[in-house]
Amino acid sequence: MREEVARYIVHFEDASKDDHPRLGGKCAGLATLIAAGAAVPTGFAVTVQAYADMLATHGLHNEIAKRTDQISTDDVAGQAAVAEEIRDLITARPMPTDVSAAIRAGYQDLGARAGRDVPVAVRSSGTAEDLPEASFAGQGDTYLWTVGVDAVISRVRDCWASLFTARAIAYRAKQGLGQLDLLMAVGVQQMVDASAAGVAMSLDPSNGDRSKIVIESTWGLGEPLVSGQITPDYFVIDKVLLVPVKRTIVPKLQELVADHQARKTVTRDVDEARQNVPSLTENQLRAVARAVKAVEKAIGVPQDIEWAIDTQRQEDEGVVLLQSRPETVWSNKKTEATGARTYATGIEGVLSTLLSPLASREKRNSNNLEGGHHDSTSTFPKSL
Amino acid sequence: MTAQARFPSPYDLKSPPGSEGWQDFYPYFTLFLDELKPVDEKRFWFCDAQHWPTPFRPFDTIMVEYACKCLGQYNTRHLMVPPANGIDYRIHNGYLYMSPIAVAADKIAARVPQFLERAGFYFQNWSSLLEKWHVKVRKIIDDLEALKFEPLPDVVPLQWILEGRGLDNTYELIENYDRAIQLCYKAWQHHFEFLNLGYAAYLDFFGFCKEQFPDIPDQAIARMVQGVDVDLFRPDDELKKLARLAVETSVDEALMNGSVDQALAAAASRPNGKNWIDAWNAAKYPWFNFTSGNGFYSADKYWIEHLDIPLSYVRNYISQVRKGMKIERPTAEVAAERERITKEYAELLPKDARPVFEQKLGLARTVFPYVENHNFYIEHWSLGVFWRKMRELSRLFMSAGFWSDPEGLFYLNRNEVREALFDYCSAWAVGVDAVGPRYWPQRVEQRKKIMAALATQKPQPALNEPPDVVTEPFTIMLWGITTDRINSWLKGTGTNSKQLTGMAASPGTVEGLARVIRSADELDQIKDGEILVTPVTAPSWAPVFSKISATVTDIGGMMSHAAIVCREYGLPAVTATGSASSVIKTGQRLRVDGSKGEVTILS
Repeated sequence: MREEVARYIVHFEDASKDDHPRLGGKCAGLATLIAAGAAVPTGFAVTVQAYADMLATHGLHNEIAKRTDQISTDDVAGQAAVAEEIRDLITARPMPTDVSAAIRAGYQDLGARAGRDVPVAVRSSGTAEDLPEASFAGQGDTYLWTVGVDAVISRVRDCWASLFTARAIAYRAKQGLGQLDLLMAVGVQQMVDASAAGVAMSLDPSNGDRSKIVIESTWGLGEPLVSGQITPDYFVIDKVLLVPVKRTIVPKLQELVADHQARKTVTRDVDEARQNVPSLTENQLRAVARAVKAVEKAIGVPQDIEWAIDTQRQEDEGVVLLQSRPETVWSNKKTEATGARTYATGIEGVLSTLLSPLASREKRNSNNLEGGHHDSTSTFPKSL
Repeated sequence: MTAQARFPSPYDLKSPPGSEGWQDFYPYFTLFLDELKPVDEKRFWFCDAQHWPTPFRPFDTIMVEYACKCLGQYNTRHLMVPPANGIDYRIHNGYLYMSPIAVAADKIAARVPQFLERAGFYFQNWSSLLEKWHVKVRKIIDDLEALKFEPLPDVVPLQWILEGRGLDNTYELIENYDRAIQLCYKAWQHHFEFLNLGYAAYLDFFGFCKEQFPDIPDQAIARMVQGVDVDLFRPDDELKKLARLAVETSVDEALMNGSVDQALAAAASRPNGKNWIDAWNAAKYPWFNFTSGNGFYSADKYWIEHLDIPLSYVRNYISQVRKGMKIERPTAEVAAERERITKEYAELLPKDARPVFEQKLGLARTVFPYVENHNFYIEHWSLGVFWRKMRELSRLFMSAGFWSDPEGLFYLNRNEVREALFDYCSAWAVGVDAVGPRYWPQRVEQRKKIMAALATQKPQPALNEPPDVVTEPFTIMLWGITTDRINSWLKGTGTNSKQLTGMAASPGTVEGLARVIRSADELDQIKDGEILVTPVTAPSWAPVFSKISATVTDIGGMMSHAAIVCREYGLPAVTATGSASSVIKTGQRLRVDGSKGEVTILS
């Protein structure tokens, strides 16, 4: 039994580097985060093996291939219908008992730590979505505030099925990726009761400046921010001094919060007094930046991170990290930019400094915290 | 910028009541003359309240003239800085206004080879030239120290007759005055010999950092470049050493009460007293050639002439040592932090930019000690001796009845002093009473009243229509005058008087009670933990920095003296707020955020 459990689930903190291919991108990222010393809500990955065995048990490979082969790229309505059919193939079938038993064991383990049935987030963790060269945005579903083992099992199956949205199928076809080559792990992770949450990048995505940490933040859970439904507060922090150099505080009219009774998240109005208040205190801001900086340093490449302020946590201003992925846009761009510019040094450098109009650098002395160009919506590429 | 967004014209500004006639104090070429109106009214002038925060007396104009002239000569005539000539200057209602002079676009290219050759030579030979500079400046100081201003004797010495000298005592007296003026002039020339280049190299590194890391805090760049062992901090360090020595050798109690003479006598009578007195005397030269002002005013008090100032600081340090406080500057921490910051930024650069970063930083660090240290050698030491000699001359005039105030001389401009000196000498030779004692006393009194009237009015931050953008490198770096700053001046402070923004000059956040200080004479009012709020600080206020918890100034760039000292002392500082010292009242509770450049009035 223990062996069966290990085949199908891996607790994040137990995952070794060798496990990563089994965990999918998202869960491997969480394991990496923990290894990097970050505080991460507890949880486990349902391995790709579970998905593979699900397909094998029910002979779904042929069923799916049959359907994806017939999809025409022009027939949008037809695509959607086929995609739905495939998803039904998965969600309508029971999970192999060894798999469900392993998930049950894992979930009960989380519950034992907390002393109750804990609410969890069930997240897709695909094997291709986080490859640095292919930002597989929009792939795989996430189900927040899932409580009880049966619900968790059902959501895991939903995550598997979410590999087969019309959009994902079309994307894979366009990229020449096999429809069945990609495997899907699923993360089951304790929900954070967040007072504020958001995303952060360990570089400035607007210009690739690696000395900055850009943080977007809103009240409550981070989902509406991550999915681009709301405009967040925006901060730019200098990574070395850990001081804010820019900020834009926006009115935050709604927030997504946990409804403990109803075992779900609800969107509610933000009371007036908090609407225009920065969703992070100065200390929290610094703590988020510190955590981001530490993770980037441990992993060695710029990171794109989801974080939350956990009301239950005392240390580090309550900062926990929910996800970290390598930043793709600037990391890929960098190679072509390198070497394109040469700099004068010594007296020639001084001369060019005196000659070049400083007007373009005019912002430099202002440390203008309110100013700074900022789009009304998130500057980040959307994950999820 | 809209057409109406402009500062007043000097030609429309009224002089404060009672200040009529102030124009007579200052040279004709420094005034907004009617003849210059068509030209001067079209130019933008900003007030240099950073160096001259209060109206200056007629004699003190020497510093304005020499500073502005000598700054200009290096850009315009020595180094041929391609795009920038000097900074033109005008005096209005007792305040100094400046206007940078750009080189015409079609003349810039021709200056480039000259600049490369001339400035290049200085950069390549920085250390050896700087060694020579120290020798030259020490010679100026020694020559100034050697000057004597003694009353004329009744009779020319017999020896001079016997050796057939054929000259009288007035010859040397007048010559000494002329030499003092010339030595002051020389000191100012050397003041700028390295300074413009130092700032230019710093700007080069600064610009590179801004390009690589847009929005990098200015203070981050400053902290990478700023030195740790700086002569400018030595005077204060000496006082701390004296305080510690006093406590360690049980001389401290003897020093705590009475006048300077009483305290030193009491200390001398202690078993280890002689040792301490020797240390005190050893520290005096040269380190007490140090002023709580900035050296530009004849009223600046120098420690060496006012031993009560350093003694009061020593007393303060003694009481801190007794409480077990660490009074020494955290130099090791500052140095370690400097290396951490530098290393982290370097690692964030693309590989090919790192050698460039190292090279530019290296040059900036080579030149920057001069930027920090020249202050001690010129403003504090050389000018300190100059002012002391001029006070000696003023007392000579006083004894001859020219005025009754030891400061009387400073109400004359330097050419009038020369005239008065000749009056004194001529009358002595002719054998009559000098005219001065009947001419000057009432004029000195009148001028004092005019000075007092001028001081009732604050300067305009700027005059006439501002440029669309400020591009002049020295204006931005030294005076912190940017397009944003000008716009905030134009807006005024009315919108949110509870919140002031300025330059984030030194990091950290503190809350505390405000102490508004308008001049160095008020420094003794400061209590432990208060936040110093002032138009402008001088680095020589160092000893109060161990008492205060933060600094807020009206004026000053990232490399202003205040910003440098605050970073050195690890205190939050917000500079260039424009109006903090008039908006904030002593006793108000403030939050100073030196990382963001914000000052909030809490109550």
